[in-house]
Amino acid sequence: MAKRVGMEVSLGVSEAVKVADVDVIAAYPITPQTHIVEHLAELVANGELDAEFIPVESEHSAMSSCVGSSATGARTYTATSSQGLALMHEILYIVPALRLPVVMTVANRALSGPINIWNDHSDIMSERDIGWIQTFAENGQEAFDLSVHAFRVAEDHSVLLPVIVNLDGFTLTHVVEPFEILDKAEVAKYLPPYKPLQRLDPEHPITMGAVGIPEVYTEAKKQYEDALVRSKSVVIQAWKEFGDLFGRYYHPVETYKTEGAETLLLTMGSVSETAMTAIDRMREAGKKVGLVRFRLWRPFPFEEFFEAVKGVKTLAVMDRAMSPGGPCGPVAAEVRAALYDQPTRPKVFSFVAGLGGRDVQVSDFEEIVSRAEKYAEKGAPATYDLIGVREI
Amino acid sequence: MIEQDLKDFQKITQKSLPTFEGLAQGHRACQGCGEVLALRQVMKAMGPDTIAVSATGCMEIITSSFPQSAWNIPWLHVAFENVAAVASGVEAGLKAQMRKGKLPEKKIFIVATAGDGGTADIGLQALSGALERGHNFVYVCLDNEAYMNTGIQRSSATPYGASTTTSPSGKHSIGQNTWKKDMPAIAVAHRIPYVATANPAYHLDLMNKIQKAKLINGPAYVHIYSSCPTGWRHEIDKAVEVSRMAVESRIFPLYEVIDGRYVLNRNVKKPISVADYFKPQRRFRHLRPDDIAHIQSRVDADWAALQQKVAGTNPAPPEPEAVSNKKEE
Repeated sequence: MAKRVGMEVSLGVSEAVKVADVDVIAAYPITPQTHIVEHLAELVANGELDAEFIPVESEHSAMSSCVGSSATGARTYTATSSQGLALMHEILYIVPALRLPVVMTVANRALSGPINIWNDHSDIMSERDIGWIQTFAENGQEAFDLSVHAFRVAEDHSVLLPVIVNLDGFTLTHVVEPFEILDKAEVAKYLPPYKPLQRLDPEHPITMGAVGIPEVYTEAKKQYEDALVRSKSVVIQAWKEFGDLFGRYYHPVETYKTEGAETLLLTMGSVSETAMTAIDRMREAGKKVGLVRFRLWRPFPFEEFFEAVKGVKTLAVMDRAMSPGGPCGPVAAEVRAALYDQPTRPKVFSFVAGLGGRDVQVSDFEEIVSRAEKYAEKGAPATYDLIGVREI
Repeated sequence: MIEQDLKDFQKITQKSLPTFEGLAQGHRACQGCGEVLALRQVMKAMGPDTIAVSATGCMEIITSSFPQSAWNIPWLHVAFENVAAVASGVEAGLKAQMRKGKLPEKKIFIVATAGDGGTADIGLQALSGALERGHNFVYVCLDNEAYMNTGIQRSSATPYGASTTTSPSGKHSIGQNTWKKDMPAIAVAHRIPYVATANPAYHLDLMNKIQKAKLINGPAYVHIYSSCPTGWRHEIDKAVEVSRMAVESRIFPLYEVIDGRYVLNRNVKKPISVADYFKPQRRFRHLRPDDIAHIQSRVDADWAALQQKVAGTNPAPPEPEAVSNKKEE
């Protein structure tokens, strides 16, 4: 039976991994991911979860062990953050190329330097092109639900791709929230056992990870890009079935008070809840504003996004990562590129805020909206605005 | 414990050579490659119930150019520096699934192979982690003493005095100016149950060591000398001869370390000289007699140190009669 608990969100993620009955966890500790893997180690030690826990010597080896494990057909999980994700970088590209349904939680944290353990999205924005399905959670309930959903999508035979569930370091991982956790029997109705199409098996030898010469490399890349693009329908269907079973529905692009809005804020992750409060306040003050959030980041949900911003004049994109020397924040750049060929499109303005754990408050969102509206009329003075930066 | 693990050990002899080939012919190795010869012997001894994991390197590229594959056993390649970590995952994946009834209970052996660069340099951390954690797998280092796949660049396993493309000999350089890293000693320091050196010129010894390595429960490390005609610049029909000379000159001694106990497999009583070993290999051509003498003294010292380890880790012979210690008055 589902039960409502008050629990640290990290532990909730571990509980989701437990009820998904994973076979192998390979992980290396890094703040703020630690509570997730500590709790998993504890669940394994207590016999509550029958799995192999490999306490690897680096994140590079964590992802490498996940590849080996998943290649044998085992349900495989890991979690990391920031520098750890960056250290995995090389291997991240290989996982989808081998079509292995590894699931990973990324507790989003700033990248060095300067070294900083707090939350932003610079770690994951450096990994946009790795070929993984990527979702973003905004609260504890979503962190639990998206983790269960991740296994379901990853292991679907028409997908067979790895999935990252992003959740904000500290602001989500280390807070205690009330949410509902499902038990193993309930999850079993939603998540069937993983049946690999191919695995390393001496009875049926296969060669995995062969050399891709110039004559085949492009085709190999196209095959898994196609699979990633096609996965969107499975992602959506799996969310629908999740909602039908457990009553909570998720969508690739989530909207809040967008009806009749002329200006939209665009956010990802846990700041969205603060943004909603800001939207409420601005609506009360008579402003025609709303909020749009990417829950699905890869594959990019083009149609859903176009639908969400239809008829809107101004779009203020809040990035939590920089692209130094580039045109704007990474999310804003993608949004602009996606909208470029649309017959009608909002003006897009880029704002970077909340770097390295800097608090983002309701007033910051109000500031972003008012600047965006001003820029829409008079033009933007810069490629992007860094919100809350002190002049020195 | 090890005796129990080895109860099914049946010594491979010339008459009982395994006919099984895990690695098929038709791969793309250079003519006269000593490394692929060693790899073939390894896979014969591993047998069909094996999953092989390869690091990036010569053996990976010559066996797996899609859509062709030389592998008759399940094979996985991921990257260069992580083969021991990948093997850790394979082991854990099988173990968990068998325990949970998702796979039938069956003995499946795991072998990870990498070159000297993939072992002693870029892969050392992953290897150390896997050995320390105690995964049940065989790690094979195929040591051709430089980065041959990328064009003969020096590694930490390149011998002193060898000329490579990144340690070239010249007016101001002897070539490689550091001594070869002692990888077997590093493996031994992890206190794993089995470490051995092997050489494809001694094929029965090599295959029997691999057989022991796979049967012994826990991590096993086998360091295999792998001559490279392309990189060492010796004649393509000399791989076995050069490999044999490495042992006969005491440059590459054959030994095992079983639960910390050193066993010398070939006690070379009348060694050939280092100069003789260097002669067919043009990578050493520039060395002067005093350089060679310097290297010879190091080889002699290393041999003596190995003898000491053998003596020090084996039951001592009965104590000789006590002799009176004459104390200085």
